[in-house]
Amino acid sequence: MTKLSYTKALNRALGDELERDPAVCVLGEDIGAGIAQLTLGLLDRFGPDRVVDTPLSEQAFTSMATGAALCGLRPVIEFQIPSLLFLTFEQIANQAHKMSLMTGGQVSVPVTYVVPGSGSREGWAGQHSDHPYSLFAHVGVKTVVPATPVDAYGLLVSAIRDADPVVVFAPAGAMGIRDDVDASMLAPVPLGQARIHRAGSDVTVVAVGHLVHTALAVAAELAGEISVEVFDPRTVYPFDWAALAESVGKTGRLVVIDDSNRTCGFAGEVLATVAEEMRLIAPPKRVTRPDGAVLPFALELDRAIQPGREQLVAAVRTVMK
Amino acid sequence: MTDGLHTPADLYRRMRLIRGFEELALRLVKSGEIVGGIHPYIGEEAVAVGVCAALADHDLITSTHRGHGHVLAKGSDPSRMLAELAGRETGLNRGRGGSMHAADVAVGILGANAIVGAAAPIAVGAAWAAQRSGSGKVVATFFGDGGLNQGVLLEALNLAALWQLPVLFVCENNGYATTMPTATGVAGNAVGRAEAFGIPAVTVDGMDVEVVRDAAVLAADRARRAEGPALIEAMTYRFGPHHTMEFRIRLSYRTQEEIDEWRRRDPLDIQGGRIAAGQRARLDAEIAEILAEAERFALASPRPDPAGALDYLYASGMVARGGVA
Ligand SMILES: Cc1ncc(C[n+]2csc(CCOP(=O)(O)OP(=O)(O)O)c2C)c(N)n1
Ligand SMILES: [Mg+2]
Repeated sequence: MTKLSYTKALNRALGDELERDPAVCVLGEDIGAGIAQLTLGLLDRFGPDRVVDTPLSEQAFTSMATGAALCGLRPVIEFQIPSLLFLTFEQIANQAHKMSLMTGGQVSVPVTYVVPGSGSREGWAGQHSDHPYSLFAHVGVKTVVPATPVDAYGLLVSAIRDADPVVVFAPAGAMGIRDDVDASMLAPVPLGQARIHRAGSDVTVVAVGHLVHTALAVAAELAGEISVEVFDPRTVYPFDWAALAESVGKTGRLVVIDDSNRTCGFAGEVLATVAEEMRLIAPPKRVTRPDGAVLPFALELDRAIQPGREQLVAAVRTVMK
Repeated sequence: MTDGLHTPADLYRRMRLIRGFEELALRLVKSGEIVGGIHPYIGEEAVAVGVCAALADHDLITSTHRGHGHVLAKGSDPSRMLAELAGRETGLNRGRGGSMHAADVAVGILGANAIVGAAAPIAVGAAWAAQRSGSGKVVATFFGDGGLNQGVLLEALNLAALWQLPVLFVCENNGYATTMPTATGVAGNAVGRAEAFGIPAVTVDGMDVEVVRDAAVLAADRARRAEGPALIEAMTYRFGPHHTMEFRIRLSYRTQEEIDEWRRRDPLDIQGGRIAAGQRARLDAEIAEILAEAERFALASPRPDPAGALDYLYASGMVARGGVA
């Protein structure tokens, strides 16, 4: 067993896929130097044709990846800031995502978009702290939010190998996590397959990314009192509804903790589907960012509007009443 | 050269095909067989045909909302193109794309794009892939004068120039972006934009197919010699409406005199004048027959099964949840 950091796991996944498949290439800003550490060492190993430093033209290089994918390449794009996904929403949601259907299946667009440091990066304020995974799930772009280094490795590998565009969010709040691993644990994780991090019988808590660790901490804290099952879908879209049905079938209670704004967020979708298709013995709760959240700069303010541990404890207690 | 665009008669014939196709499509819009309307290419045929005459079969293009001419010039089957417009399962895109999204990868058409300027970076990516693979392919990307004001197109020019990619940027300057005259919407001009990135650029008479072809040959040859991108601004004019909605809502933004003046330089007459009258009549008759067959084919083709509305959404085969549980 060795310690593997979340960042190193993503770096390993990129290196392994570049090694395995000559069609894979990585594009992004300052990636030659490895600014986000994801691409450290890759330029030396694979050269500038496959690890490509792009100018600050996100919209063009995002669609450039689409064009290259139409011609057989399998590009991975690294974005420096989560809000660059707003800038390139047209290129991802309106171009890459729509190509397969609009051409009647003539083409596929196997592009992966990786956002290292999504969600709040303490002290980076309003335009660097977004977490728009619900937005991509909403338009139907495959959306992955790994919680652990092992999952980060396995999900990034699967995203790169997938035939469709996939957005991979690596939450800033999870990137400090380390796993004890041996090589056999580093394997592809299928998209759309949930993971139960901790089994429990009273309440199902759904969380992705860094909030899985919040949920685990809460489950440990409440252990003597309430038995919490920590359910991590790992991919926000497609969602593993069958696994959730099984978990909720057992617990009959549901709390979702979600780093999205409340209206039309991921948590709302989980609650709605459970209400339509599953059976609960108590009304469900969700813990989210507020409506319309713009993360303010001062730490107290930033933290005040992020879904957190105390709110989750309260929500779990409420559904137990 | 794209399948059979060699002689003056070939060029005329293909332009005639586009003209006749658009006239037929207009008729089917009016009869309701084509829903949603079209952006007719009538008047601009020399641009698509001239550019595609400089391309090899394996070369690639991207197209625009006004794309029927590009698709036919590059070599798509008019019957399947018409079936696409009519929303049939036999259409190029199996009825999933329609007028503004026609794609035919088998003949190098990566797709028409309904977002102005959006195809340029896609073409740059295809050219980047071509450069890396050493395939020798050239990519032509069409856009209008309106596209000159899209930031992403300027980003695409920068990337293409920076990496010396085999891209042919083709600006179809038809004088208007919908109702806005080019001079009202564009500061500077197409050539100036290209030159700012060190991309060689020319403005040519877009009503003369041989002039367009000659400029495109020079540009495509440069690209094949790995000397990088080029831009051609073809001065042209659409004889008809921006979109067939103009048949319903009267928009006044240009004069009949202006239209008449451009019509005197009809690209079909310019090229038609270079071939014998008898041959021209024979080609016209041939095209009429092809289009009659296209109409028969399209209208006899099956409509898609509504149960397949989400088919092809995911290339991986993933099935999306329906809207009703
Ligand atoms: C980015 C974008 N903005 C607006 C539109 C709506 N629209 C469709 S065509 C068009 C005019 C385009 O003008 P031009 O690029 O000159 O092409 P033309 O129609 O003259 O062939 C507009 C505004 C669009 N499709 N895409
Ligand atoms: Mg125009």
